[in-house]
Amino acid sequence: MRLIAMIARRCLWMPPTLLGLVLLVFAISHVIPSDPARVMAGENAPPEQVAALREKYGLDRPLPVQFVRYVADVARGNMGISLFTQRPVADDLLARLPATLELALYAIVIAVLAGVPLGVIAALRRNSLLDHVVRVVTVAGLAMAAFWLAILLQLLFSMWLGLTPVQGRIDGWGPDPITGFYTLDAALRGDWATLGQALRYLALPTLTLALPAMATIVRFTRAGVLNVMSSNFVFYQAAMGIPRRRVVWKYILRSALIGTLTQIGLIFGNLIAGAVVVETVFDWPGLGSFAVSSILQSDYNAIMSFTLFIGVVFILVNLMVDVAQAVLDPRGR
Amino acid sequence: MSALRRLMRDRSAMLGLAIIVALVAVAVFATPLATFPQDVTTYHPPNRLLPPGPKFWFGTDRMGGDIYSRLLFGARITILIAVVATSVAVLIGVPVGLVAGYYTNRVSDLLMRVSDVFLAVPQIVLAIAIAQTLGPAIQNVILALSVTYWPFWARLVYAETRSLRNEVFIEAAVALGASPLRVMALHVLPSIASSVIVRTTIGMGGTILVAAALGFLGLGPPPPTPEWGRMIAESRAFLPQAWWYAAAPGIAILLVVMGFNLLGDGLRDVLDPRLRRGGDAG
Repeated sequence: MRLIAMIARRCLWMPPTLLGLVLLVFAISHVIPSDPARVMAGENAPPEQVAALREKYGLDRPLPVQFVRYVADVARGNMGISLFTQRPVADDLLARLPATLELALYAIVIAVLAGVPLGVIAALRRNSLLDHVVRVVTVAGLAMAAFWLAILLQLLFSMWLGLTPVQGRIDGWGPDPITGFYTLDAALRGDWATLGQALRYLALPTLTLALPAMATIVRFTRAGVLNVMSSNFVFYQAAMGIPRRRVVWKYILRSALIGTLTQIGLIFGNLIAGAVVVETVFDWPGLGSFAVSSILQSDYNAIMSFTLFIGVVFILVNLMVDVAQAVLDPRGR
Repeated sequence: MSALRRLMRDRSAMLGLAIIVALVAVAVFATPLATFPQDVTTYHPPNRLLPPGPKFWFGTDRMGGDIYSRLLFGARITILIAVVATSVAVLIGVPVGLVAGYYTNRVSDLLMRVSDVFLAVPQIVLAIAIAQTLGPAIQNVILALSVTYWPFWARLVYAETRSLRNEVFIEAAVALGASPLRVMALHVLPSIASSVIVRTTIGMGGTILVAAALGFLGLGPPPPTPEWGRMIAESRAFLPQAWWYAAAPGIAILLVVMGFNLLGDGLRDVLDPRLRRGGDAG
């Protein structure tokens, strides 16, 4: 019952937070610039175009009126027209979402599957050579700029060794879309050739995103396991004669995984931040490269809508993580 | 053993400190240390894209500028952005967190809701939006970073203040007639100081990474300013041949951020082992 109350309370706080986010993006796009119409039209636009834009978006109305109109638009899913593609921005965002999701999901899976065991082993063999190597590598991994790591890996594996494609998501057309995930769609259709190709193109971008996330996961898992290992109940179990391996894999792993879950929100945030630059380097047609090309073209509507979109996704993901955490970890309730 | 002594015995923390000191020294003495200080603003197209050699230690960039010299002057940009942005964020966020944590009224709730909205978006996404609106300039980068960073501090200090409110020594101070301001400044603040110091150090590293990303995306100080992120972006068109063009600024960023992280980790181990719950327990 308390769990349900807690979930309900968190859900109740979502609408005000969402509204606050809309207000923030509105403030950045409509309040800060001295002439929002000019910013939207671009620096080189002729005055008539600026005036037309001002008329169309009602930018000469009082601010509160503009805000109400903005909220109504967003609620209906109308995020304005992209100045560059002349399509609704919402369409562009939704079209690119699967590409980024596919990348992010593979990255998280790899980071967790590789990172958690590594963290556990490093903790169990504390101060061994492996442990020291792991600690140095994770410190370095977290100090690297994601875009630089992407360029380095691209230089090494694609340009010098020729093992992976340099850029892009696939050669030619992807599989006929069911989910929008190239790997899933190809597998569902039994198109193994396309699946192999899709995986080859996925390899480097996923690795680039996964490595920093893995560094974080390894560090937190290691710390969590060390914490648990020195706790009383593990000592008691060992004293009772329960085999060490059982103690490790049952209790320590559970607390390590819970620890990782609490970090998922943070990791997801870093993943989105990384995706922006990684997609640019590898020319991956997702949300991140959309944001960057919008920046380069000063496509103002697109950039603001991207910000709002990511914010909403983030709020939802954090809510789900909090709920999952509360369900899995009774201590947090 | 005092905290400082213990810190000095932590080799990785001392390495981090050495790197930071080196960074500051390089920035201050960039002019005498640089082999071609004029390359920050002048172009020498005949020299473009030369590999590292005895004359141009890290090679030259697409304008023929000596990368080593530009890197040194870029250190000034890096330090300026990191120090100012982090300081502003801390100077705003900590008092906001103190006030919000100490009182339990509507204002306190409102402040935290506002912070939550800012924290709902990844910092770089919001920073991109702000920097794009204001235009590529160093002061806009600093503004974008500060505005997106202060809520982190507000939340942090709020949580710590809230948990301290129930401590006996706070109760005692209030009972003795101390004003709220006095309690916050003289009793709460010293207790959370070590946490703030540790996270400020580590936060400098993170700020440098976000600033470099903004520079990479073209939202940072415009050319010919030798900002490290922008230099990496410029290098992309000339890969794989001109590998030194991408390697040098990237290694600089890596070293500097690692320095701050190592020092921060060392400070945390020394000042407050309790904070280890999130990091290296080794």
